[in-house]
Amino acid sequence: MVKDKIIEMLAESTDTDAAEITLDTKFSDLGIDSLDMTEMAMDLEDAFDIEFTPSPEITTVGKLVEAVEKLTGEA
Amino acid sequence: MSFRILGTGMYVPPKAVTNDDLAQIVETNDEWITKRVGVKERRISENEWTSEMGAKAAQAALADAGVKVEELDMILAASVSGETVSPSMATMIQHRIGATCPAMEINAACAAFLYLLETAAAFFALHKDYQKILVVGCERMSGILDWTDRSTCVIFGDGSGAAVLERGEGYLDSVLTVKGGDDVIKIPHFPGTSPFFDREQDSPYIHMKGQETFKYAVSAISSDITALLERNHLTIDDIAWIVPHQANVRIIDFASKRLGIDPAKMFVNIEKYGNTSSASVPIALHELKESGQLHRGDKIILCAFGGGLSNMACLIEY
Repeated sequence: MVKDKIIEMLAESTDTDAAEITLDTKFSDLGIDSLDMTEMAMDLEDAFDIEFTPSPEITTVGKLVEAVEKLTGEA
Repeated sequence: MSFRILGTGMYVPPKAVTNDDLAQIVETNDEWITKRVGVKERRISENEWTSEMGAKAAQAALADAGVKVEELDMILAASVSGETVSPSMATMIQHRIGATCPAMEINAACAAFLYLLETAAAFFALHKDYQKILVVGCERMSGILDWTDRSTCVIFGDGSGAAVLERGEGYLDSVLTVKGGDDVIKIPHFPGTSPFFDREQDSPYIHMKGQETFKYAVSAISSDITALLERNHLTIDDIAWIVPHQANVRIIDFASKRLGIDPAKMFVNIEKYGNTSSASVPIALHELKESGQLHRGDKIILCAFGGGLSNMACLIEY
């Protein structure tokens, strides 16, 4: 659920086909900068009722999914 | 509640520093600054003190309002970058424009111009004989920037903005919030040379955590505007303009998106001046008025946020 939501948000914000986004996709390849990440973090906070500030180590879709799943208890 | 805005004025120093100029000073470029902050150029003071710029905006606002200096009952000013802590910028401006009324300064960082309006409303309520109050935000941010820190020195600019308020009924509602703490935004003072004090202090420049500031600012704008609309049984369609603190165009755009507001309703001029802290809202308000897009009777919302963490929004019938 977290993975699907994150991929859906990324596909929409970067105008990319969701099928092209995998867990290995790097944010830098999608043209996502740290402010984009912050914007996405705020949307994720609303979607999953969590408190989340992304760290610089979160560089791929998989790492983001993992971090959010830890907070939602889905991991 | 207690006043209406009679006139506005602004002053920015003539020296424009472009993003390409900054790229000669720190490792940055026009594309990065434009995309991440929305600033194309900023005005930088060349040998003009903060209170001199404040006095020029004050005189412009007085002229716009058709009010003589002698008519002022109070001067309220704000600055985080004054040339002196004491005398305050308010008293320096009072002296420079030749006024004789009381004057005092309020510190609420980038939100301060709105806190001046709130304080003015309180003075109008307390002193029934007060008819006119001058409010001024004035900043020489270039003096408190670390010009080797590319994450902050590209954001800010110098300038001043002012408004003359007249007793009236245009100040309809306000919401004030202070979260507290110095971990997200701070401008430390020089700690002094006391032989009895040896605690460490960060450098006396702006320190700001970008992501945390962004989150705080977007949340502040969203919650303050929502609260004002709900409390006053208004929808966004009742509001002619929102004049936000010009901190970062990304903050303004993302707050608009979360609020479901057409971004065109947010007045933005950050591309010309950068973030001028307490001067940004009055400069934006003045430019909005001068553009001919603000009309008497329009309901507008001003909103601002900054160090403290202090935020505020107010609903005004112009």
